Formats: sequence, structure tokens, C-alpha cells
Amino acid sequence: MRVLLPAPVVVPLLFAALTVLAHRSRPAQRLIALVGVGLALAAAVAVLVVVHRDGPQAVTLGGWPAVVGISLVADLFSALMLVVSLVTVLAVLVFAVGQRHSDDMAAFHPAYLVLTAGVSLAFVTGDLFNLFVSFEVMLAASYVLITLGGKRDQVRHGMTYVVINMIASALFLTAIALVYAATGTVNMADLATKLGTLPDELFTALALTFVVVFGVKAAVFPVFSWLPDSYPTARAPVVAVFAGLLTKVGVYCLVRSQTLLFPGAVPSGLFLVLAGLTMIVGVLGAIAQNDMKRILSFHIVSQIGYMVIGLGLFTVSGLAGTVFFIVHQIPVKTSLFLVSGLVEESAGSTALDRVGGLLRRAPVAAALFGLAALSLAGIPPFSGFVGKLSIVEAGFGAGEYTIIAVSLVGSLLTLYSMAKIWNGVFWGAADRPTAALAGPAVRLRTPVLMTTATVGLVAVTVAIAVFAGPIYDLSHRAAEGLVDPGAYIRAVLSS
Amino acid sequence: MTVFTAALVAVLFGAGVYMILQRTLTRVVLGLALLSHGANLLLLIVGGSAGVAPLIGRFTGDDTVADPIPQALVLTAIVISFGMTAFLLALAFRSWQLTHDDTVEDDPEDKRIARQLERRAGGGR
Repeated sequence: MRVLLPAPVVVPLLFAALTVLAHRSRPAQRLIALVGVGLALAAAVAVLVVVHRDGPQAVTLGGWPAVVGISLVADLFSALMLVVSLVTVLAVLVFAVGQRHSDDMAAFHPAYLVLTAGVSLAFVTGDLFNLFVSFEVMLAASYVLITLGGKRDQVRHGMTYVVINMIASALFLTAIALVYAATGTVNMADLATKLGTLPDELFTALALTFVVVFGVKAAVFPVFSWLPDSYPTARAPVVAVFAGLLTKVGVYCLVRSQTLLFPGAVPSGLFLVLAGLTMIVGVLGAIAQNDMKRILSFHIVSQIGYMVIGLGLFTVSGLAGTVFFIVHQIPVKTSLFLVSGLVEESAGSTALDRVGGLLRRAPVAAALFGLAALSLAGIPPFSGFVGKLSIVEAGFGAGEYTIIAVSLVGSLLTLYSMAKIWNGVFWGAADRPTAALAGPAVRLRTPVLMTTATVGLVAVTVAIAVFAGPIYDLSHRAAEGLVDPGAYIRAVLSS
Repeated sequence: MTVFTAALVAVLFGAGVYMILQRTLTRVVLGLALLSHGANLLLLIVGGSAGVAPLIGRFTGDDTVADPIPQALVLTAIVISFGMTAFLLALAFRSWQLTHDDTVEDDPEDKRIARQLERRAGGGR
């Protein structure tokens, strides 16, 4: 474990340095990046296997005793997140390598690997300040990726993204300072035992600060509007990896902080109200849009709402639903954005009135979109159905009928907006066709590697549906660990 | 002393938030710098009152020893906020190069949808 647990963080960082050295040769950078992410994924799978067999694992870095040094911890929840994220990161990297011009800039591969390291660190760190550092590592890389190329609208939208995230980071730092002032520690396992002894008002105030901080990162209502504004202008691989991972890291931290550090501090009604509003406002925003990427961006927000429901219910089955939903959502969301990349590459645009009739011209992209979209909307037998079913069941178990009704309405509207993309992009004809579509009705071509990467990721979402039983069991065990974090705390304190 | 620094943190936060709410990019950048200064200063003062350096051999049993952890944390935080501010300045400069304007633009897609709605409302009747 001493080597295995830090590997998903250290390996991408090391390989990022190598890609900087190899900045003159794009093929060398590609090879290094692919090997780096591949090795990190292998380590993550090994961590999942060990954690599944022996329970939570922890390592304290730098030879310091636990609590003083920085702890890295993997329980079932973080190990699952780690594996799913790295699979997605690998698929998007293959897509980016296949796409023309996507890695023209020498900074692409180093920034991408640093992003990977930041995401991995956020999942495995057991130290609140180290979590802040991991967010900054991840965000710094994402700032570079979102503005890479420096075109006018990239700069304009990138600015919103950078400013909002910097404000959230300052608030995060403030929250950490206040927690340290109250307890004298930033180790999460140590905090779990000390925060409970604080006066109730202080405990709730600190918990709410973290809800705001991670709420901004996760794009929860009412602090979501930065996301649909900034995501659609980035290049397809960049926005795909952001859509799949960054907000989910926010949700992960929200769940982790509210279960481990502040159990019961925030009234569950608040989370349910936030979840309901996030779902409905997000999906209504999606319906109003006229561009595939923008519709999908609003859907990121809407789907975050489903993940927050489990946190509001705060039962084992509710949190199991949340864990399963995140596991399903990361590859589904990413593959939808990869399909939008395929559409953009072949047809030259993703605006619904400029693209049309792709069902005949790009049947593979249409089929891939269909599979992922049905899964997102929660149509049986796809993975989204299992995720939503487990959340709805948990809601019935807890007697929260209002939120179930709201979530079902949200699903229906999701299906409607997916049909809107289908009608606009794959059926019919374009009102103002792009250059690629104005010509004779021939098959549009996309590089093979791009299609392969998208097929691979859609296959992962189908596999999640096929193996829904075992994955749900894993999620259930992960949720048990969240509700009763005793094993997590013991693993850290004894490491 | 702590009350004074705490008040200073409050002033930095207030001024920072005010500046961020402006439409001029340079003011937003300065506001973010103030905000992160405020957060860094807060992190520094949570360690309690100042004291002797916490090095073995430098202090005796009855000295007040400074808490080293917030200092280590704030050092990292300062470096991070410095790097981020530099990046933001570069971005603001790039934005000025492209538009010769120092204000935050409206979202073009939002404007387009608003225009479409107006057209629809006007043309429908």
C-alpha cells in the first residue's frame, strides 16, 4: 500500500514532467501520456481490489506519525471513484490523440496529466488542507486547458470559470482556517472525532461553509450558473473530461465532508430542497438551449441534483444510490460530450439549427448518442435506470415522496431534451446547414481513434448496466462505510 | 492584537467582494487578490499568538512557542494565490489584446436566446 496508494497521484505528475521534457515531439508526448494514465489506472484497480478485500487502507506520507503528516486514505467510495475516473480519463486521452488539432499546443499533455493527478489526489487525500491543494492542482490545470489556444470566446468564458473558482477557493481556505481555529487539526479522521465536541451552532456554521464551497465546485443550485456559461466553448476532449470529472469531485467532497466530518449538522430537508431545485432548474435550462453542447452542459447541473438526494436522505440505501449514480454518471456524461465532439468534427458545428440528418451521414455517432442519452434519461435497462431506481427506492424507504415526484418529472424533461438533440442533430435537415452538410449527402468521416474512444466509453456505460448487481453491492458497501466511518478513522489513526 | 488582525481580515474580505462585483476586469483581479490576502491572513492568525520559533533547542519550557502548522499552510496558500493571480492577469491582458476593452462581456448565447424570444413575442401577435 505504501507504493500503491500514492501511485495514481505521483505517476501522472511524474509523467507530466516527462511530457514537458518531450515538448518538441507530439508522438512522444502522446505515448508518455497514455502510458502514464495507463499505469495510474492499473494502480487504482489494484487499490480497489485490496480495499475490497481488506477494508479501508491508509498511508501517512513523509515518515511522520499519523495526524501530523499528510494521510492518504482509500475506502471503497474513493477507490471506486478513482477507477471510474481514470478509465474515463484514459478514454478521453485516446479521443484527444485521435482528434486533429486537439493537442497542437505542447501544453495540452502536461496540463492533462496534472489534471489527472489533481483529481486522483482529491479522491485519496485524508487531509483537509491537502484537499485544498489537490483542488488547486486540478483547477490550475483546468484553467490552462479551458483557455488553451487563447481565442476570444475561450478567454471570455474561461475568465468566468477562473474567477468563480478562485472565489470558491478563497472561501475554501477560509473554511479550513476556521476549522483549524476550532479544533487545531486538519486531518480528516482526527477532525471526525473532534468536530463532534464543538457547540452545535459552530458545528452547523462550519458545515454550511463547506456546503457552499463544495456546492460551487459541484454546481448545485443556486451556485451553478458558471458551468453552462464556461463549458461549451472549450474543445471537445477538454469539456468531456471536465463534464465527467470536475463537478463529480465536488460532489464526492460534499458527500465525504457531510458524512465523515459533519454528520447530521445540516438538516436533511435543505439538501432535498437543493437537490430538487438543481434537477428542475438544470433541466429547464437545458430545454431552453439551442446547441448540443449547451444542452448537455445544463444536464450536468440537473444530474448533480440526483446525487444530492442520497445525501439528503442520509440512509445507507440513499447514499448507495448516490455512489452508484456518480459511478454511472461519469462515463455517461463524458461519452455524450465525446459524441458532441464527433458531431462537431464531422459536421462542423453543434448548433441544432445548423446540423441535421446525421443519422444517415454518421450512423455510428447516432447510435452512440442514442445509447448514452437513453442511459442518461434513465430508460430501462440502461445504467441510468438502475441509478435512478435505487435513489427512488431509497426515497420510498425514507418516506420522502415529494422529492421522488420531482426527480421523476426531472427524468421526463431529460428525455424530452435528449429527444430535442436527436431531432435537431440526427433527424431532419438543418435550417442553415454548415459547409460539411451543404454538400452531397455522403457519409461524414471522423478519425478512427476518436470513434474508438467513444465506443469504448459507451461500452463501459453498457457494462455498468450489465453488471449493475455487483456494482450496486459495491456501492452499498461503500455507503455503509460512509454512514459508519469507524473503519476509515481507525485505518488513518493506526497508519 | 488578534482583534485588530481579525478586523483587518474583515476589511480585506469586504473590499475584495466589492471589487469583484465591478464590471472592470482589472478591478475583479485586484478584488480576488484582496480576497485571497484576507483568507491567507485569517489562516495565519488561527494559530494563536506569536511566539518563539518552534525549533528544538531554541525554546525553553516556559516560552510561548508559535504554532508552525498554520504557517506551513499559509506559505502554500500564498504561493498558490500568487500563481493564480498571475494567470488571471495574463488572461485579462489577453482579453484586452483581443477586445481592447477591460469589461466583462455578456454571454453571447444568452443574448441570442433573449433576442429570439423578443422576436417570437413580436412576430406571434
